[in-house]
Amino acid sequence: MTGAAPVQATSDALVDLRHVRKEFGPRRILGFGGKGTVIAVEDVSFSIQPGSTFGLVGESGSGKSTIARLLLKLERPTAGEVMVEGRDIFRHTAQEQNAYRRTVQMVLQDPYGALSPRMRVRDIVGEPLSAQGVARERIAEEMPRLLDIVGLAKDAGDRYPHQFSGGQRQRIAIARALSVNPRFLVLDEPVSALDVSIRAQILILLRTMQERMGLTYLFIGHDLAIVKYVSAFVGVMYFGRMVEIGPSDALLRRPLHPYTRRLVAVASMSQPLGHHRLTGELPNPLDPPSGCHFRMRCPYATQTCVAQVPMLRDAGRQHRVACHYFEDIESGKKAETGPILMSA
Amino acid sequence: MTTALIEVRDLCVEFGPRSRPIQAVSGVDLTIEPGEIVGIAGESGSGKTTLCAALIRALPRTARVSGDVTFENRSIFAMSPSELRKLRGREISMILQNPMTSLDPLFTIGNQLAEVLSTRGGTAASAMLAREIELLRSVHLTAPEARLRQYPHELSGGMRQRILIAMASATAPKLLLADEPTTALDATIQEEILVLFREIRDLYGTAIAIITHDLGVIRRICDRVIVMYAGRIVEEGPVETVFTAPQHPYTRALLASIPVLDEDRVILQAIPGQVPNLADLGNFCPFAQRCPMVVNRCRVESPSERLIGERHRVFCWRAGEAA
Amino acid sequence: MSVDIDGKPQAMIERLRGLSLGPVGDFPLVAAICCALLVTAALVGHWLTPYAKDAVDLSASLAPPFWQPGGSTKHLLGTDQLGRDIFSRLIAGARISLATAAAATMISGVFGVSVGLVAGYVGGFVEAVVMRIVDAFLSLPFILLALALVATLGSGFGNIIMVMVIANWARYARLVRSEVISIKQRDYVTLARIAGVRPLRIMVRHVLPNALNSVVVLAILDVGRAIILESSLSFLGVGIQPPDVSWGLMLADGRTFLGFAWWLTTLPGITIVIAVLSFNALGRWLRIQLDPRGQL
Repeated sequence: MTGAAPVQATSDALVDLRHVRKEFGPRRILGFGGKGTVIAVEDVSFSIQPGSTFGLVGESGSGKSTIARLLLKLERPTAGEVMVEGRDIFRHTAQEQNAYRRTVQMVLQDPYGALSPRMRVRDIVGEPLSAQGVARERIAEEMPRLLDIVGLAKDAGDRYPHQFSGGQRQRIAIARALSVNPRFLVLDEPVSALDVSIRAQILILLRTMQERMGLTYLFIGHDLAIVKYVSAFVGVMYFGRMVEIGPSDALLRRPLHPYTRRLVAVASMSQPLGHHRLTGELPNPLDPPSGCHFRMRCPYATQTCVAQVPMLRDAGRQHRVACHYFEDIESGKKAETGPILMSA
Repeated sequence: MTTALIEVRDLCVEFGPRSRPIQAVSGVDLTIEPGEIVGIAGESGSGKTTLCAALIRALPRTARVSGDVTFENRSIFAMSPSELRKLRGREISMILQNPMTSLDPLFTIGNQLAEVLSTRGGTAASAMLAREIELLRSVHLTAPEARLRQYPHELSGGMRQRILIAMASATAPKLLLADEPTTALDATIQEEILVLFREIRDLYGTAIAIITHDLGVIRRICDRVIVMYAGRIVEEGPVETVFTAPQHPYTRALLASIPVLDEDRVILQAIPGQVPNLADLGNFCPFAQRCPMVVNRCRVESPSERLIGERHRVFCWRAGEAA
Repeated sequence: MSVDIDGKPQAMIERLRGLSLGPVGDFPLVAAICCALLVTAALVGHWLTPYAKDAVDLSASLAPPFWQPGGSTKHLLGTDQLGRDIFSRLIAGARISLATAAAATMISGVFGVSVGLVAGYVGGFVEAVVMRIVDAFLSLPFILLALALVATLGSGFGNIIMVMVIANWARYARLVRSEVISIKQRDYVTLARIAGVRPLRIMVRHVLPNALNSVVVLAILDVGRAIILESSLSFLGVGIQPPDVSWGLMLADGRTFLGFAWWLTTLPGITIVIAVLSFNALGRWLRIQLDPRGQL
C-alpha cells in the first residue's frame, strides 16, 4: 500500500469529491442557514485512485464520519459533487442506484453493534446479496469462499454473533461487505474498538484482500501510525475542513500544518511529555471561529488568520497545506506567538 | 513491614462455578511505591480491570478472592466497611474510563465538586467556593467560575475528564487509580490529561496506576510497566527497558504488531489465535498456544519468576534467550 | 473497562466469554407456581371441578369454608347464597378471567406493536400524527369509556375484550416506538440500509426482534392489569354477565353478604390479588433476565 509513488491525477480516479459541503440543522428558509446550523463538512475535495488506500485522519468533530456517510448515500451533500466511477452518485438513475449498492460497501467501528444479534452469521453475511435478489442457493455456494477469505471456519455460518470475539465479528462484517464484490470499501475506524494484538490481524487481512482483489479503500482513523501503515495518501481534517493532504510517508515525516505537526508530535516519541502543549478546546460547532478554524489553538496565529480562511496551497510533490504561514513555520522564520483565544 | 504503598501478594480472583472457575487473576505479586507512576498494560481478558478493582476491594459479591492486598501495611481485605470508606476517595482515588457517564447529568459541576469536598476533604462551607475554583484552576480549566455553574453535558469529554481528575485529586490522595483515562479522548486532549497526571504526582507525591491497553500512553508517562496476559503478570520492569528490550514473547509480539509512527515498519507481525478462555487455564503458560518460542515445558508447568536486570522480571521459561 | 466504586465491573461481564454472571434476580418460585396453577386451572379446571359452576343447591347455601365451624370438606371453600360451590366457581372464573386477560393482551400487543414499529421506523410526519393519536388514547379514562361503550354496544365476551384492547394498545405502541428509535441508530440497521434491504424487511427482521424483549415483559405485567380491568368491569356490572362467572362478578355478588358470609367476597378478592402479584413477579424477573443480555 505504501509501495509505489501514488499519483493523484483526478481524471481516472475511482472516487472524486469536489467542494463537498454538508450542513446539519434547521431547514433553510429562503436560502438562509437557520440558527443552529452546523457545518459538518466544508469545501472538501480529494480523490482516490483505484486499487489504493486513502487515509482520512481527524479527531471528533472533524467531519470524517460525515464524509463516509455521504459516500454511502446515507446523507445528501448541501453542495458539491461526489463522483464514483465518473458518475455523480446523487444523480443516479434507479438502475445506477441499484448497481451502486454493489460498488460500495462499508465496515464500521463497533463489531458489537454491527451484527444483528438474532441472525445467524450466514444470514448476516448473505444479506446484501439477498437484498439484491440473488437466489438462496447461489448465496449458499458463495458462503464458504467468503468465510475463507476473512479467515473464519466453515461452520461459523451456523452460529450467532455473540459466540464470536470482537476480532472475529469484525471479520464477519468484512465478509458481509465483500459479498457483493464491491470495488470500493469505506472503513470507518475498523480496528479502533479491537484489542491491540488483534488489530494487526485485521490490518494484514485488509492489505491481503486489497492486493488479491484490487480493492480501493477509504480508511478513516485517528491513530496516525495505523493510518500511515495502510494508506498511500492521507488527508487531515479539522473541524470540517481539509487542512493538509498528501502522500502519507511524506506528509507524516514532514507535517506542515500546525495541527498536523501537533498530532505527529504527540504520536511520536521524539519529544518529552508536555513539550507540545495545545491550549484551548475544540471550537463550538454552533459558533465557529472566523477565518482559520484552528487559530484558537494555534501558537502561530495572527490577525490574518482571524480574517481570512486559508485555502489549500501547493507545497510540492502533491503535498498541499491550508495555512497562511506554513513555509515560514517550516523554515523557522515564524515564531510561536500564542493563540488568539477570543473569536474576534 | 515495607515502604511500599501497595503490596499485592499471590492474589487470585475467581468467578463462576467452582467446578470450572473463571480465573480472572492468578497468582499476582506486585508492589507500588509512593510517588511512582505505574502502567498496567493488557488487553481484554488480561485481568487488569479485576486487579484494579481488587486494590480497593470493589469486586462483585460473586468474586472469590485469595491472597492479600495491603495498603501501607494494612490489609485491605481485613478492613471494616467504615475504614474502607475512609480509605476510598481520601487516600485512594479512582478515575473511570468514560468521562461522559461519570458525572451526574442532573447537577452542576459546582454541586458535584462540593459534594466531593464536603464528604471527603473536610472543607468548611465558607471556604468551599474558593477551594472549588482553585481545584478547577489546578487542572487548567479556563473560566473556572463559569464552569461551576455549567452542567456536564455542556462540556467536552476532555473538560469532563479534567473535572474528574480534579475531584479525584481534591484530597491529595496517596494513590490514584486511572482505568483507561484517555481512551475516549482525542489525541491532543490525551496529551493534556497525561501532563495533568504528571503534575499531580509532582505536586502531591501521589502514586498513579494507569490501567490501559494503549502502550503509547504508558510509554509516555509511566516509570514502570506491568504487562498482564490472561490474568497473570508476564513481564514487569522500567518502561524504557521493557519497550526497547522486551523479554517475554508476548510483550515482544505485542510491540511488533503495533505500527509506530517513528519507524518505517512495512511488515506488521500479527499474533495468531486469540486470548484463551479464562476458564481453561491451569498449570501451564497461558501464552503457550500462541507463542513462537514455545517448548514442551511451557505446556506442562507455569513459568516461575525470573529476575533480569534492575527490577525487571519475566515469567517465561525461555527468558533471557534471544528471540 | 470500568468498575464502579461499589464493585460491579460492568463490561467485564460481557468480556468473560459470553458466560453470564453477576447478580441474577432470584427466581420467584412461589409466583411461578401460582401462575402455573392458575393457568392449569384455566385450561383444564373445567373438567376437574367437583361441582358445575352453576350447580344450585339451596340446602347448602352459605356454607362456610371447611376450616370454619359449620364448614365441611364437601365444599372446600364454602358456598354462596344459591349453594354454588365457591371453589368450583373460582376455577371457572379463572378460565374466564385469564382468557379475557390473555386475549385482550395479545390483541393489544399485536396491534400496538405494529403501530409503534411503523411509526418509530418511518418517523417524520407519520410518526408525529400516530403518536398524537396514541397520546389521545392514553388519556382516555378507562372506566368511563368502558361504561359508554357497553351502554352503546352491549356487554358480552367480545365487546369486553374490545373495550380492553382500546384501553391498552396505546401503551405498546409508545413502548415499541421508543425502542425502535434507539434500535434504528444501531450499526446493523445502517448496514442493512446500505446493503439495499427494503424498509419493511428491515423492520421485521432487524428492528422488531430486538424490540420484542421489552414487549414481552410488558405483556406479562399486563396480564395482571387486564385481570384487574376485567374484574372492575364485571364488578360494575358491565363486564362478564351471568351465567358466566368471573372473579369480579363474584366480588360484586358477595357484597351484600359481606357481614356474615365473608368468604363470598374475600376469597375471590384474594385470588385476584394472588394472580396479579404472581404475574407481576414473573414479569419483573423476566425483565431482569432479558435486560443485560438484551444489549448483545
